[in-house]
Amino acid sequence: MKTFFFHLMPYADLDLSYTERHNSAWVTLPNSYFDRAVGQKLYARYIGELELADQLGFDGICVNEHHQTAYGLMPAPNLIAAALARSTKQAKIAILGRALPLVSNPVAVAEEFAMLDQMSGGRIITGFVRGIGTEYFASGVNPTYSHARYYEAHELILRAWTEVGPFRYHGRHYQFDYVNLWPRPLQQPHPPVWIPSQGSSETVEWCASAQRKYTYLQTFSPVKSAKKAFDLYRQVAEREGYESQPSQLGWAIPTYVAETDEIARRELKPHIEAFFNKFLHYPLEMRMPPGYSSIASTKSLIESKFAFRMMEMTAENLIELGMVVAGSAATVRERLAAYARDLGVGNLIAMLQIATLPAELTEKNLRLFAKDVMPYLREEGARTPRRVAEPATP
Amino acid sequence: MREATIEVAGTKLGYREAGAGATVLFLHGAAGASWDPLLDQLSGGYRVLAPEHPGFGRGQIPDWMMSVGDVAFFYLDLMQALQLRNVHLVGHGLGGWIAAEIAVRNTGALASLALLAPAGVETREAMFDDIFAWTVEEFARRQFHDAKLAQEWQRQQAELDIDIGLQNRTALARLGWNPRMHNPQLPYWLHRIDVPTLLMWGEDDQVVPFGCHVPFKREIRRAELVALPRSGHALPIERANEVGTRLDAFFRGAKG
Repeated sequence: MKTFFFHLMPYADLDLSYTERHNSAWVTLPNSYFDRAVGQKLYARYIGELELADQLGFDGICVNEHHQTAYGLMPAPNLIAAALARSTKQAKIAILGRALPLVSNPVAVAEEFAMLDQMSGGRIITGFVRGIGTEYFASGVNPTYSHARYYEAHELILRAWTEVGPFRYHGRHYQFDYVNLWPRPLQQPHPPVWIPSQGSSETVEWCASAQRKYTYLQTFSPVKSAKKAFDLYRQVAEREGYESQPSQLGWAIPTYVAETDEIARRELKPHIEAFFNKFLHYPLEMRMPPGYSSIASTKSLIESKFAFRMMEMTAENLIELGMVVAGSAATVRERLAAYARDLGVGNLIAMLQIATLPAELTEKNLRLFAKDVMPYLREEGARTPRRVAEPATP
Repeated sequence: MREATIEVAGTKLGYREAGAGATVLFLHGAAGASWDPLLDQLSGGYRVLAPEHPGFGRGQIPDWMMSVGDVAFFYLDLMQALQLRNVHLVGHGLGGWIAAEIAVRNTGALASLALLAPAGVETREAMFDDIFAWTVEEFARRQFHDAKLAQEWQRQQAELDIDIGLQNRTALARLGWNPRMHNPQLPYWLHRIDVPTLLMWGEDDQVVPFGCHVPFKREIRRAELVALPRSGHALPIERANEVGTRLDAFFRGAKG
């Protein structure tokens, strides 16, 4: 199994008592809560943590995009990726992902990714997402066109990477008379594409289709939902006439390693609870703008309180649900190895900095994970009993 | 009151109809189609037609219909299909916006235009709050001046099929997400409206602020403004009697 370090770059110094006055860490939380000097310190610290992961031998480091929120300070993830392209040497740099419907010019996304691919020597993994509901309030983009814009922008980017230009693209949402990428990406036929999602079956089926074979990445969800999504991926692959590989699946999960199980749980508790209860905090109306999802899936989300995190999460029930892995190195590697086997997943996207987790504990987590968990998982991956057949496209 | 459907330009449209006499075409607001007390009152003296906008309720909005301007052309087709003449066009909130977009395109079939707290035009001094960020409770509270009526409305909404509420919000977002509930170009075309026009507005409107009447009043030559004190946005429910009486007088005056 390959291991990646995923950083959200949260505003770790957030005054958690904000919930007494505001109902969201997204879009409407006044940016007077953002201290400029703290911001500078956090960017330096976080980029340093990603660089450390490269030095410690992680297979990859990951960034992502969110807007107007304390949850993550990367409205432009490619800026961070560009800095990392120069300062790191071996790790893949995964941008998980750009929120395609939010942009008015998808060709610019294709251009930026092509630049990053060249600058990093072909080390980038690209990701395409729709953005969460709140981004439609932040960007002004009409959520009822979210799916349509996503598919159009995706088609346009893939064509821009792979076709000889100039060509013309006249879609419903995007129109260009000249698409002619300078630079072209370094990796052929194009940089790998990973699709992070919380398990929508439409997304899983789209990724698994034989013409795409995109790596599907399940994010921050109970192990049960991850299993369901991965099983669906394998079923679709079979239906499409190929056997899917563990490398086509990824699982993103907050992970914390310490000297003992007891220390790990104690140290992690306030930070993981802040993550789910304070940083992932938004009103229903902002999480689900009209038309962002089909009526049926909006209804099922409304009906499942869990999905809206209406209930206060505790570290204990998060571990129970398999939404977090925490413990000694032995506990963590056994748990993750078991997940790798049970889920058939070939990429672990470990979130090792979590909400308010301070620099010292983050560094300890990274080092312990790299030394006592990662090597074991690498071998575990090699033993995963699956026949090997390289997918035709990344 | 009878309910019917008609197909216009390939799109099915549901509507309610009651009464006899000169035609009143009533276009509903963001809360969705309902047979409000105002419609009951008007149907005593007029043939009232109240369609449910495409995409609202159980209807489908066609892919090509992407703006209130598209809906306006659709309603012009509807008037032609039903061979409506000398129509008194009345719109509330979102429906008022649609009515204004119809009237700037073609007033040929119209005898008059009545805009009840229409959305569609925003001023820098009176900007709309974000309707899409409101909970149902807040939407209810903002529509009504009387808190009891707000509670009653909310109770009725809770009894409706959840699908209809979601469908209504989705259709509203399609038409009004960006720019939020207005068309920045509309003020430049309002001068084309050449029929007698009545603007009615609650002075305490918490959905479409009262101050938004200014461009309508200024640009529409034959516009008259009736400001209703101690009134919110839900005029067809909360001020049905007063609005109905004033509309009746206005329609009589506008006949010739």
